[in-house]
Amino acid sequence: MSILSQAVIDSLPYLFPGIVTTLGLVLIALGIGLVMGIPMALIHVYGSRPLQYIIKTYVWIFRGLPILVLLFLFYFGIFPLLGLYISAFWIAAVVLGFRTAAYQSEIFRGAIISIHDGQMLAARSLGMSRSQAILHVILPQALRNALPGWTNEYPILLTDSSVCYAIGVAELLTRGNQIVARIHEPMTIFILIAAIFIILNYSGQWIFARIERRYRIPGYGEGDSR
Amino acid sequence: MMTDEIILRVEDIHKRYGENEVLKGVSFDVQRGETKVFIGPSGTGKSTLLRCINQLTVPDSGYIWLNGEEVTHAGPRINQYRQKIGMVFQNFNLFDHLTALGNVEIALLRVKKMNRQEARKKALMELEQVGLSDKVNSYPAELSGGQAQRLSIARALAMDPEVILFDEPTSSLDPELTREVLEVMRRLARNGMTMLIVTHEMGFALSVANEILFMEHGLIVEKGPPSEIPTSQNFTRTRQFLGSFQD
Amino acid sequence: MTMLNFDFELLLPVLYQGALVTFGLILVSAPFGFLNGILIAVGRVYGNRFISTLCHGYVLFFKGCPLLLLLFIIYFGLPSIGITFTAFTSAVIGFILCNGAYNSEYLRGGIQSIPSGQMTAALSLGMSRNQAIRNVILPQALRRSLPGLSNEFIYLIKYSSLAYMITVVEITGAGKTFATKYFAFFEIFILIGLFYLGLVTIAGYVIGRVEKRIAIPGFGRK
Repeated sequence: MSILSQAVIDSLPYLFPGIVTTLGLVLIALGIGLVMGIPMALIHVYGSRPLQYIIKTYVWIFRGLPILVLLFLFYFGIFPLLGLYISAFWIAAVVLGFRTAAYQSEIFRGAIISIHDGQMLAARSLGMSRSQAILHVILPQALRNALPGWTNEYPILLTDSSVCYAIGVAELLTRGNQIVARIHEPMTIFILIAAIFIILNYSGQWIFARIERRYRIPGYGEGDSR
Repeated sequence: MMTDEIILRVEDIHKRYGENEVLKGVSFDVQRGETKVFIGPSGTGKSTLLRCINQLTVPDSGYIWLNGEEVTHAGPRINQYRQKIGMVFQNFNLFDHLTALGNVEIALLRVKKMNRQEARKKALMELEQVGLSDKVNSYPAELSGGQAQRLSIARALAMDPEVILFDEPTSSLDPELTREVLEVMRRLARNGMTMLIVTHEMGFALSVANEILFMEHGLIVEKGPPSEIPTSQNFTRTRQFLGSFQD
Repeated sequence: MTMLNFDFELLLPVLYQGALVTFGLILVSAPFGFLNGILIAVGRVYGNRFISTLCHGYVLFFKGCPLLLLLFIIYFGLPSIGITFTAFTSAVIGFILCNGAYNSEYLRGGIQSIPSGQMTAALSLGMSRNQAIRNVILPQALRRSLPGLSNEFIYLIKYSSLAYMITVVEITGAGKTFATKYFAFFEIFILIGLFYLGLVTIAGYVIGRVEKRIAIPGFGRK
């Protein structure tokens, strides 16, 4: 560690809360996205026309806007306009969550559509209602199929979370910038933060890959179900 | 049509994949205008042998000579030799992103550096030779298997090769489509093209070959003119193989 | 529109200038990001061990490092070791590096999806390996990776907004500055949002047309 100056080493502890904040943003957003994404996908596939249209518009807007514009819009525009004064952290988490919900609903929708028609027919032939069939037969399969696409939201959210710097959330990049302002070693600090992001990124992906493997059903997902 | 001039010499070719020795020393000479047909059980190295000739598979040892020039160890010059050694594959390997015309033209343009007009003229001529004049602008996916294989023959012919290697050209075709491809090959043989053919089409082999080479376990075990097969001592093993074929 | 506490005629030229910068960022970055992607992908698939590992490392780094941090490194970090670029150039460099890494993944998938017989056939006609890659493999791989590349182009449009964070006054920056001055965040960011939605939607439509245009019968979807 001798290549790092004492000033850099002394400032390291200041980065750790940033890691917690960054991971907090990502995990909360993933959760919001999951809770919103699944019903949105179900409505998109099985809902009435007007409901489908609402979901489509939501997805179009939240996938079409840059994350920076969304953050500015909600932080400076929508929340103050609604008279809601909550912390930048929670606004950021909500915005990231709303956005990943749009992407996640598309992932789940694709997975639902990919389930063979025969599954619904078979379930109905057993006397299940439509919603029972969706809940007990279609959705469990669709969620497994969606897992690889879903876990891909993690690296996207992790890298996007750094943009929350723009509204002053004290995540990793923000804290890094604060250190840079104090000790004027931008290159060292930035590379250090890049290394932390990269480690968080790939170790997280590794964990998700483990989860994926655990939930795999033998012979499932290798061909289409009949 | 056959002359005494030896255009291709294959000398003691060995090839091994791990534990499995596929070619155990194969040698033969090819005279200009000759058609040699390789037969034998599958997995005896016939296709590997063809690929060794134009170095798509590099043999472990042995030599290939084309017109007295060594093809093995040719370095970058191998591309020039490959132009003179055409190849037709079992599964066509047509360039799926190009039309029939494009498939024939591309090597003329990029390898022979012909200009557009020359290349086009030449390609159209070759397509006509194989009866594909009405498919010039079709893509490979729009062709039947027989048309696709005729196209790949035209692609090889366009380079004016001195010898063409056919690697089981009809194995992935229905009998009906097989016939139209064999017809084209028969005509090539009549016109004096030098050809090395790996095939399971025995009727065709017997009628078109100047020499039949029976390969087994990585070696040429019997060879001679097809007329000798029914009676000669030279072809005892071949007759046995063909007999089991008919059962 | 009487509720607006700013003059529309003041806003429009500001946004127009910003939009021009946004277009500039995208139009300069996209072609080089594309070329960069091809180089990395070809290096990874066809390069020797060293080059292939290098290209793999490149992809891991630039996909793992947040784009905003990359822009900071280029614009605020590099000057400390004596390399200085203007803000616009820094942004473009960052976009090219990042866009190339993502593009290369799609292109690599495209290249690897091409059956090996295509290379064999090209070599049998006397093409060199390079000629075969250029004339036979890449044209097919490009078509296969087009949906992914289009996606990345759309991302590039959206992420061009990050250039504002290193002082490039593109449309988001222009809007933000104006909004701060007249305290009209909601209205202005709705406008800017519409700009991006329009741009992304039009780009998606044009790309769809192009894909149809260059589609080849029986080729592509696999």
